[in-house]
Amino acid sequence: MKDMREFAIKYGLLILLALMLILFSVAEPAFLSTINMMIILQSVSIVAILALGVTATLAVDGFDLSIGSTAAFSMMTASYVMVVFDGGTGMAIFAAITVGVLVGLVNGFMTVQMKVPDLLTTLGMMFLLLGLQLIPTQGRSISTGMSLANGETATGTFSESFLFLGRARIFDIIPVPVVIMLILAVITYFFLERTRHGRVMYAIGSNEQAAKLAGARIKFYRYVAYVMSGVYASIGGILLAARIGRGDVSSGNSLLMDGVAGALIGFAVLGAARPNAQGSAIGALFVGVLLNGLTMMNTPYYTQDFIKGLVLVAALMFTFGLSNKRA
Amino acid sequence: MSEVTNTIEIRSIKKAFGSNTVLHDVSLSIEGGSVLALMGANGAGKSTLVKILSGVYSADEGTIFINGQPVDVSTPQSARDAGIITVHQIINDGVVQDLSIAENLLLDKLCDGRFGTFISKKELQKQAQPIADKIGLTLPLDTQVSELSQADKQLVAIARAISDKPKLLILDEPTSSLSDTESVKLFEAVQTMRSEGVAVVYISHRMSDIRTLADKIAALREGRIVGMFEPPLDYDAAVDSMLGHAVGAVSHQYREGEQTILEILDVRLKPHSRPFDLTLKAGEIVVLTGLLSSGCTSVVEGIFGMAKFASGRITLEGHDWTPSTPTHAIDSGIFMVQEDRGNNALIPDFSIEQNVSLPFLKQFSSFGFIDTKREKERVTAAIQTTKVKYTDQDDLMSTLSGGNQQKAMVARWMMESCHVLLLNEPFQGVDISSRRQIGELLRKTASDRVTIAVCTDVEEALEIADRIIVFNHNNLVGIHRIDQIHMPTLINQIAAAPDQSNDKIIKTEDVTDERYA
Repeated sequence: MKDMREFAIKYGLLILLALMLILFSVAEPAFLSTINMMIILQSVSIVAILALGVTATLAVDGFDLSIGSTAAFSMMTASYVMVVFDGGTGMAIFAAITVGVLVGLVNGFMTVQMKVPDLLTTLGMMFLLLGLQLIPTQGRSISTGMSLANGETATGTFSESFLFLGRARIFDIIPVPVVIMLILAVITYFFLERTRHGRVMYAIGSNEQAAKLAGARIKFYRYVAYVMSGVYASIGGILLAARIGRGDVSSGNSLLMDGVAGALIGFAVLGAARPNAQGSAIGALFVGVLLNGLTMMNTPYYTQDFIKGLVLVAALMFTFGLSNKRA
Repeated sequence: MSEVTNTIEIRSIKKAFGSNTVLHDVSLSIEGGSVLALMGANGAGKSTLVKILSGVYSADEGTIFINGQPVDVSTPQSARDAGIITVHQIINDGVVQDLSIAENLLLDKLCDGRFGTFISKKELQKQAQPIADKIGLTLPLDTQVSELSQADKQLVAIARAISDKPKLLILDEPTSSLSDTESVKLFEAVQTMRSEGVAVVYISHRMSDIRTLADKIAALREGRIVGMFEPPLDYDAAVDSMLGHAVGAVSHQYREGEQTILEILDVRLKPHSRPFDLTLKAGEIVVLTGLLSSGCTSVVEGIFGMAKFASGRITLEGHDWTPSTPTHAIDSGIFMVQEDRGNNALIPDFSIEQNVSLPFLKQFSSFGFIDTKREKERVTAAIQTTKVKYTDQDDLMSTLSGGNQQKAMVARWMMESCHVLLLNEPFQGVDISSRRQIGELLRKTASDRVTIAVCTDVEEALEIADRIIVFNHNNLVGIHRIDQIHMPTLINQIAAAPDQSNDKIIKTEDVTDERYA
């Protein structure tokens, strides 16, 4: 009985994922095609990147609710630099990443120096950015040839190399965002699990006082976590801008919930019961597979959020309910 | 007063947590209208006893009688119904900050629905006034509790507790966060209670409180009542029996120490305490002792960068050195084994190995990556020297017993060599054999560093110390060489009321035994 539970805690979510894949491919053979697999991966890549970022903040026992709006704001920034300033790919990426770093620093400052609780800090930041992104364009989306406030027409365009990031496929098969997501997942995994920095971040998340008295630089690592989260969200925003080829004021809306859901479902992967990089990536994939499969089976689109919520709640019960009894 | 005098009797209370017996056979009797001071060092079992009396824990054996009738204290509610009221140490647990004084005083009535749904402010004030008057609370009753001083909050908590006419009032360390002047208010309130026939159990480490209030003293040690003191009260004897010491227990040689490593110069622990100097040498073990909040902890916390001294300076190997944070102290070669490991030392989600290696990850890392093989080797070596009993070092820390957890924490800070090793209550919650092992290890490895330990228990101090330094009310009051120790002097210094200890530092090497004989 005890072994059963151990087994369920460890492999439950992975088995469920495998079952889903089998079920969907039996019901709809096209589901398992390479093309569809790539569609799934492409659709989850941005969410997974955000989930990886929020994992860093969860590791230090923080929480970043501003990832969605940071991604959206970065998307608008990159688009603005390209279309309005005609700044080129490098400049656009630089500006967007700078946004992520700054947001992370401000979140860090608020939680570390001002001692505002993490949830409130990042909730405030979320509203602030959602509002701020609308101001430069007076609430409009940014696209090539848009008319500016002074009546002129914007001269810049999205460069080919920028759009490449969102649309190209390596070897004609693997979308670039998927590659970037995988690279970030590997980096995050090594950072959190194999470096002393990651180890100390988990120590802070588990018992801050004890970590401090063991010499851990608490403030520094909290800043690191929020800057990581901000930068990852920015990368997500850049990829989103590159994929849709415009700065869309509303396209960042579901990113927060999906990213957080991925990271929290990740707690249940391999019985980790704590935030972890591989779990967050798999968590995001889990949601992606489920939604794609249900769509293929003609489940109405309006049930999607409900199903995501259901999966999240079930995964959380699974993680916390089962694993807490383990001790 | 025409109140009936109650007699509260606690008979043969036993309580064990797993294999660890915390209370062996505790019996006490308290008369209404008297104050019984309960004294005991850390871990003596005081808080367990209080929790049993207030219905938080249930005793394994034993009964509580009021006027000869057994009473049910199986839940906090039934204990209250029986007339046993407890005011806990942490003041903020006893009051609701965002409510007014009047609302706090009537909180129990408000919660259990003795008031209707709609409450008039006037009615509240009217009912709260007599409760406030009884204890001498003169503030306007519509003041928010969050605006009050600690002493007034404490009074509100007590006033609320006694609003239902208790038979037994338990005060657990009520003055621990009060200043001396604030305490006076509290003493008056306790004396009022006493004069109204309430039996009071007063738990405190402050000798001045006990001198002011106690009618009788009970000393608790290792889960047993080891001394009952009736008037005329012998305070030194009470402290002596509470701290306990095996006569002639010193089994090691005094070591002088060699070169000076650490100097504490002109340090005041509190703005008004007396400045002192201390010179600490490599090879010696110095134990700081004194009652709780006597200042020992402030000394080690000051050296470790956890708090600042009120004034004064530190030199490390001859250079001026000011610790800014624990990180800074560790980088300078000053390590500290913390008290209360659950809160201050252990990382619950980490394995034994990861717990031990945490402060020294840099040593096992290249380019930030941890070399887990080297980590395992080093940790294995460290926990084997300290004789930690474990099955697998990848298991969680919680799989170890308390004694082994503590040995693992000592192992952590012995993994690297250091200039100064600080230990705050290193034997807390540690069984006797682990205690011996840790003690021997400390003495065996002491040669290259300064070792400073804080031990409230004198017996523990005698086991490891070369010098014992006594603190009392944030003043250094005595320095004793282990080979020249005179126990009555030592105990007197620990127990003395602050005004009596104000003269000068008494060193045993300066005085002849006859003077104290």
